Amino acid sequence: MEDRRIGVFICYCGGNISDYVEVEKVRAAVENEPGVVLAKTQMFACSDAAQDEMISDIKEKGLDGIVVASCSPKLHLYTFRAMSLRAGLNPFRYTQSNIREQCSWAHRDGGPFATEKAIRIVRAGIARARLSEPLATMRIETTPKVLVLGAGVAGLMASLTLADIGLPVFLVEKEPEVGGWTCKWGGMFPQGNGSDLVEGLLKKVKQREDITLFTRAEIIERTGSVGDFTAKIRVADGSVVSLEVGAIIVATGFDTYRPAEGEFGYGREGVWTLPEVKEWLAGNEGPLAVDGRPVESVAYIYCVGSRQPKDSELERPNLYCSRYCCSSALHTALQIHERNPEVHQFHLYRDMRSYGKYELLYEEASRKGSMFFRFENDAPPEILAESRRHIVRAKGQLEGDEVLDIPADLVVLVTGMVPRQNDALINVLKLPVGTDGFFNEIHPKLRPVETVMDGVFIVGASQGPKTLAESVASSLAGVSKSAALLKKGYVDLDPYIAMVNAERCVWCGKCLEACPYGAIEKSVLEGKEIASVIPSLCKGGGACVPVCPEDAIELKGYTSEEITAAIDALIEQVAAPVP
Amino acid sequence: MSLGGITESAGPRILAFSTNNISDPGIDLAGSSHMSYAPTVTVLPVPCSSGIKPIWILHALEAGFDGVFIAADGTDCAYVQDCTDRTAKVVARAQELIREKGLDPRRLKMAAICSVCAESFVSHIEKFQKLLNEVNAS
Repeated sequence: MEDRRIGVFICYCGGNISDYVEVEKVRAAVENEPGVVLAKTQMFACSDAAQDEMISDIKEKGLDGIVVASCSPKLHLYTFRAMSLRAGLNPFRYTQSNIREQCSWAHRDGGPFATEKAIRIVRAGIARARLSEPLATMRIETTPKVLVLGAGVAGLMASLTLADIGLPVFLVEKEPEVGGWTCKWGGMFPQGNGSDLVEGLLKKVKQREDITLFTRAEIIERTGSVGDFTAKIRVADGSVVSLEVGAIIVATGFDTYRPAEGEFGYGREGVWTLPEVKEWLAGNEGPLAVDGRPVESVAYIYCVGSRQPKDSELERPNLYCSRYCCSSALHTALQIHERNPEVHQFHLYRDMRSYGKYELLYEEASRKGSMFFRFENDAPPEILAESRRHIVRAKGQLEGDEVLDIPADLVVLVTGMVPRQNDALINVLKLPVGTDGFFNEIHPKLRPVETVMDGVFIVGASQGPKTLAESVASSLAGVSKSAALLKKGYVDLDPYIAMVNAERCVWCGKCLEACPYGAIEKSVLEGKEIASVIPSLCKGGGACVPVCPEDAIELKGYTSEEITAAIDALIEQVAAPVP
Repeated sequence: MSLGGITESAGPRILAFSTNNISDPGIDLAGSSHMSYAPTVTVLPVPCSSGIKPIWILHALEAGFDGVFIAADGTDCAYVQDCTDRTAKVVARAQELIREKGLDPRRLKMAAICSVCAESFVSHIEKFQKLLNEVNAS
């Protein structure tokens, strides 16, 4: 084996790794591995300063391969590939070793186990880095068009912005009308009206020739990969259209929590969810009345269907905070104060999470006479039946546990957002769903709209509960990710494709049979028939590899030599057991 | 089959083959959800479980792993639609090799692990370790 010059960089991740793995011991255990000329630790390997340090080490020490032992490659594979490029190192001579998600975070019980496992993982990384070869990416042209699924405000905004930057859009909406929940919900904070907003956006969409809107339409099939997808859409008349796009933005939104019959009195006249009250307010301009009786008193019960306890009897409790509901309930209370200042309003909350500028709503509602009572989760309010009015009985925690009986003509159950039940869509797009049931991003802070499916972005409340403003911000993030991908005109695909060993190959055709992409063809080399790989069609799945009876086809980066070297390193005894 | 080292006490050694896009994120999720599994389980990602060579599995067992777990793509596979069938063929051939070498074919296990199947991964691993304890004792 040629003499390699490998640098190993092991990350503390600010405690995420070093709290459970003794990072300095890992460094000491690997610094004398064959081929390693430098091994150091870093507080945050992904920080600019650490990357600059790596770049100067690569240049000064003439490194021809590096191992970064930090988090999952899903997070920073491209960060360190780009760093390698800047340092003049072929990016495919960098190997990522995952000692966070698959080591420190999974083995937090203390003791030396995690450290020993980390040593094995880093050694396997070094073994692979030693065998790594400089490879070149494969460039494919991208289709500069975007498919947007869902024509709520997030989808409409995404479409208009994409069109503004010159990317034609196909906008697909399942319902007959666009606008989602927003157009039903009337007044918005800080100003304006939902249906006016949607109407304005729709008008603009219709003026754009580069936006094609399909309503009562659904995606039924998706093939291809990043930059080059084919999507089949069943449109309103039942026919199917096939669309070529480079990226897909999923803006399918949310559903609202629907309380069970009898949950906080739900089902009785005048016990409504927040969305029902918003629709009622938006669609009725006269004096406020329920069942013909004027509304003189309103009680709000917060967190209905949100932040449910883990140990509840529900099959899948909603553990999360739905973010928008506190502010939205306060906003609704202000609308009612405005319509009739005489109405008494009582808010029974667990925690008032009117964050950021929404705090203004809380202050204004207090000023206008809204009364706030905090209850404990284990002592929720009860709704007692009365002949004419509901009585909401609650223990006010800040009132010395005094029991309050609040008469209410209207009880508002402040319900949150829940994921849409859309198994067909999940199946077509192969998108991962998180434990909360919403679509799962790669990283909530670092890559909030990207998914494990390259080129498919999740925006708005399809990813998790959001206010309208947050939803639009997320939709614009999806736009900029799509534009960054498609405006370049090409994507560089990983060079980890199949390669044929011409000496061993006897052309039996088994690899041709195994390949679903037509990436294998027969060719003749010096009079001998052999298989050859068409690089632009090979997706690097490796289905051809184990079917070859002559062991004559391998994947670059996953050769038998590389895999067995990694296996050996993973099982090799840690020479000096970590005390 | 003892190789020493202090993780000996943490149960049978398992090499888990994962897949870059599907099961490796699922195994990552087990860690990021702070679920715990034995530190004698190490993971080696490949693009697709249908591309694993049976000889690698045998190599792992001969090198000292007590068991090999294939965290397959199942129906989520983005490469081949019949990924489960193809991976099953890899498993069948590997088990022939394992038998030929006089090893117990129960040392190889395959299950579909999706990109969010963290709990399922941990539970499969726990069951597999129990089984491997029996195999090691027999």
